[in-house]
Amino acid sequence: MEIREKVCGAVTVLCPSGRIDAAHSEAFQTRLAAAVGRAAALVVVDMAGVAYISSVGLRALMMAAKQTKVSGGKLAVAALQPVVKEIFEISRFNFVVKSFATPREAIVWMSPADAAAWDAAQHL
Amino acid sequence: MSAPPLSPPSPPVLTIRFWGTRGSLPSPLSAAAVRQKVRTVLKKADGRCFADSAAMEDFLDRELDFAATSTYGGNSACVQIDSGGDELVFCDLGSGARELGQKILADRGPRNVYNVFLSHVHWDHIMGFPFFTPAYIPGNVIRIHGGHDVEAVVRKAFLRQQSAPCFPVDFDKLGARIEFVQLQPGPRYNIAGLEVQLLQQQHSGDSYGYRFSRGGRSVVYSTDSEHKYDKLDESYPFIDFFRDADLVIFDAMYSLADAVSVKEDWGHSSNIIAVELCQLARARHLCLFHHEPVFDDAMLDKILAETIRFEAISRDAADLAEPLRVSAAYDGLEIRL
Repeated sequence: MEIREKVCGAVTVLCPSGRIDAAHSEAFQTRLAAAVGRAAALVVVDMAGVAYISSVGLRALMMAAKQTKVSGGKLAVAALQPVVKEIFEISRFNFVVKSFATPREAIVWMSPADAAAWDAAQHL
Repeated sequence: MSAPPLSPPSPPVLTIRFWGTRGSLPSPLSAAAVRQKVRTVLKKADGRCFADSAAMEDFLDRELDFAATSTYGGNSACVQIDSGGDELVFCDLGSGARELGQKILADRGPRNVYNVFLSHVHWDHIMGFPFFTPAYIPGNVIRIHGGHDVEAVVRKAFLRQQSAPCFPVDFDKLGARIEFVQLQPGPRYNIAGLEVQLLQQQHSGDSYGYRFSRGGRSVVYSTDSEHKYDKLDESYPFIDFFRDADLVIFDAMYSLADAVSVKEDWGHSSNIIAVELCQLARARHLCLFHHEPVFDDAMLDKILAETIRFEAISRDAADLAEPLRVSAAYDGLEIRL
């Protein structure tokens, strides 16, 4: 599984691609845990490239959400594909992990000042 | 959305009857809830007349959700495994055991041998025993099997439940011969014509799941079981325990989000985990069980529909050829294998 990372000011945007399932979740768990491991980490997971997420991937998100809560940080997901959005709804993760239509909206929610950094990065 | 039709083979090798399907606490339907169902049906009928009873039943089946015409029920766990043998077999002694006892007395008379397989001794799984009439009749034999220590756990729980000031008839005054039998995970036991295996499960004080097999058919009863793993693959023991099972009765009490957050370590699981485990194990039929008592029938209909949808999504993602049938247990459901 490929996971690109973008840094927009204080916000880290992780961009996994493919399926976050039992066979491919380890890299996702590791990268996500590292991203939220910093104090007051602000992390957006851009899910635009994710076609499917299993319980293991969802659990990793929950652990990351708990970690950010403890450390005073924030976690959000963005740009869920329709099938992944359905999985979030069926599992009720839509109630426990903040979800936004775009990464930019997630950045505005957690650190408005860094939205400009996101905008600039889109033109590179 | 109703449960998909359950087409049994003929003749069945095993018949599974659900006498209690609710988790934690019996949850009777209220008068207001019944009245709401009547309202829904009348509104849908919209004044139409039916030529005969068959036409009326057809209307109820085809045009209304299960929640509108029926109920998942309110008794706590009790599931009968009927292989047609002389001895009776069932799992857990929740409040559903009362009706089961009455039915057996009516159908088979007062003297029988009963084999109970206990998941654990939490109250919702043994509370039916003081009202299980066969226990009061001399000549009956009731063997209560389980994985827990007989003296330190099982007998103690039954004695405590059925003694003053909680109940007027002491356990020791029961007329039937009651035997406690401790089983071990691992071996394959032959009990009442069934091959029986058990597996220890994660739950407060531990619980045990059972796999019953006979004549090439198998059913797994796995309730009050929390599943926590960082990686889900063949090394997870439940995959082998569920492998190729014709039916898996599974504790799907919580949503996955609840099960891994606010209700983590509460000892229960979710519909998402249920589907993933059953698909990996190539089980044929998943039956959602141990329903959350705060969920009404409409919510359970919704969860069933969502689980059926998730099964399709995850089957597609894993490129599985065979669909997993998904249903939700209700008091009175009978599944023939």
